[in-house]
Amino acid sequence: MTVKIAARHVSAFYGDVRALDDVSIDIDTDHVTALIGPSGCGKSTLLRTLNRLTDTVPGARVEGDIRLDGRDIHGRDMDVVELRARVGMVFQKPNPFPKSIYENVAYGPRIHGLARGRGELDAVVETSLRRTGLWDEVKDRLSDRGTALSGGQQQRLCIARALAIEPEVILMDEPCSALDPIATARIEELIGALSGRYAIAIVTHNMQQAARVSQRTAFFHLGRLVEYGDTSDIFTNPRAERTKDYITGRYG
Amino acid sequence: MAGITLLVLLIGLASIFWQLARARAVQFRRAVRFGSLPAQHGWTVALWAVLPALALLVVWQIAAPALVTDAVLRTPAAADLPPPGFARATLLSQARALATGHGAESVEPLSRRLAPAYAAATRRSHWIATVAVLALAIGAGAAALARVRAGTPARTRVERLVTALLFAASLVAILTTAGILFSLVWESGRFFATVPAQRFLFGTHWSPQSIVDDAPGDVLGALPLFWGTFFIGAVIAMAVAVPLGLLSAIYLSQYAAGSTRRLLKPALEVLAGVPTVVYGYFGALTVAPAVRRLGMALGMADASSESAMAAGLVMGVMILPFVSSIADDSLIAVPVELGEASLALGATTSETVRQVLLPAALPGVAGGVLLAISRAVGETMIVVMVASAVATLSVNPFASATTVTRQIIDLLTGEATFDSPKTLAAFALGLTLFVVTLALNIAALALVRRHRVRGG
Repeated sequence: MTVKIAARHVSAFYGDVRALDDVSIDIDTDHVTALIGPSGCGKSTLLRTLNRLTDTVPGARVEGDIRLDGRDIHGRDMDVVELRARVGMVFQKPNPFPKSIYENVAYGPRIHGLARGRGELDAVVETSLRRTGLWDEVKDRLSDRGTALSGGQQQRLCIARALAIEPEVILMDEPCSALDPIATARIEELIGALSGRYAIAIVTHNMQQAARVSQRTAFFHLGRLVEYGDTSDIFTNPRAERTKDYITGRYG
Repeated sequence: MAGITLLVLLIGLASIFWQLARARAVQFRRAVRFGSLPAQHGWTVALWAVLPALALLVVWQIAAPALVTDAVLRTPAAADLPPPGFARATLLSQARALATGHGAESVEPLSRRLAPAYAAATRRSHWIATVAVLALAIGAGAAALARVRAGTPARTRVERLVTALLFAASLVAILTTAGILFSLVWESGRFFATVPAQRFLFGTHWSPQSIVDDAPGDVLGALPLFWGTFFIGAVIAMAVAVPLGLLSAIYLSQYAAGSTRRLLKPALEVLAGVPTVVYGYFGALTVAPAVRRLGMALGMADASSESAMAAGLVMGVMILPFVSSIADDSLIAVPVELGEASLALGATTSETVRQVLLPAALPGVAGGVLLAISRAVGETMIVVMVASAVATLSVNPFASATTVTRQIIDLLTGEATFDSPKTLAAFALGLTLFVVTLALNIAALALVRRHRVRGG
């Protein structure tokens, strides 16, 4: 088991509001980590501190130490561009660019100059779309707008877009909350297929989803990490009373 | 005078009816739990008392002068009046002025004799109006009051009336526009009856001061004006306003810290509040001479102190806050998730702006630019002070240039009679300008709307 991201004593503030309170957590390379907890518990904020997307929020502040492969992500030698290229993200609402399907996937490789020539770029786009199972559905209309796809397809396009620059970590912020059950099942399948190759952290409100897709689960409450362990343990034998209440649906 | 008294009386009556109806409705209140509120009954009855009476008053005000004159004409003194025509109208209007206590000097004796009849007829007319209006108000109000029952749908009626009032309010703007357009079209029609349209639109010689009566079209070719307007408003002014406006909007919306934004944005908006006359001073006293010196330095012998460049530069600065503000709105309207998606892929802010935010905001920005052009093209004060009076057709920005608005002012401030081709040409110019700006505005709104549908 290799630790990809190590967060120690991380607190986050939006203005005077404390959204994360002294959270320490490891994200492994070989596992899917589920972050669960009631709304406003700080799990999405934690996700956003990991690729420093909190930087873009006016008035947001992060304290503590976060390391990617042992390197401080706030350190001088870590450029935020490099960090975000290595730590990809999939958002709650599918957010393809208002560009063609092809251009959506090609965006990252173009920005970072990863492909030499059209042929290489075509190959990257095809591989990424194949990995998300979207290739066969869209290969004949790569020049259509990404926004014209169905919600589930859009979300897989966004995952393909993230995969196209070969990140090491993928952060997923409730990736299925805007999707129907069939599209959700496809995304969950996809997460299963991607795990092992990428370190994955997924925020979800859906207990069954957490149980299905993850091997490690962290339960957050009021900005604090209450319990973190193997998913099977958390769901069958939670140590904290609050975790038990939450996963059995007594509140939250 | 009598009109105002009558209005006050009507309002008094209405409030009495309001109270009565409300008091009556309060008694029914218990019978129907969710019936109309007593105040709504009050409004229905009060309006029944006022609206028909007001309508009658309006009709009377329109009809009364004719009726009064009619009554005066039936008096014996009127037999001495000349037949209908200018002399007769003058005598009658003098008599009317005398009857109301105005204009006592050099009045014809006949008018003096007719004046008492006028006064009497006017008094009678006032009395009839007052009695009729008040009777109608009381009658209609009482009838409505009698109809107040538990089940009277006063609520729907009040709602319907509110709808009608709001509709009428929005109609004012539309009707005004239609009226302006109609008068423009009418006068322009008279102009195009003497000067062929293609002569006016595509003729290249414009010098209305040397107009000849039998061939006005020879000197009323407005192409140099249209070119000057386009060159100043749509080319030079936009060359200043679009890049600067866009860049400042990008800085303000994406880069500036909150405190900087709070300082810079109002500063930019102050620029929009500067009266155009002040821009005109600035242009005429500072910019125009500087531009001329620059032109001379560049070796242009014909560099004018009334150049297209000077007017365009000043106008561009005037339009700048407008462009910046619309571009800012469009950029902010792009969903946050799009920007975050790009940043999360490791794009820098400038890459995100260039590749994601600007393309998404483009329709809105383009709409804003079209609106800006339409404002620049219609702008008058700056070009009156900075641009030239002489119409020349030149692509040299340092040469003198004139615009449609500038020429309209010159045409209308002359001494020509109202129906001369020279004056009517101003209407034709106005119509052309109106059509162009209307088309620009429609295109701009369509763009902005499409942008909203997609962005939202």
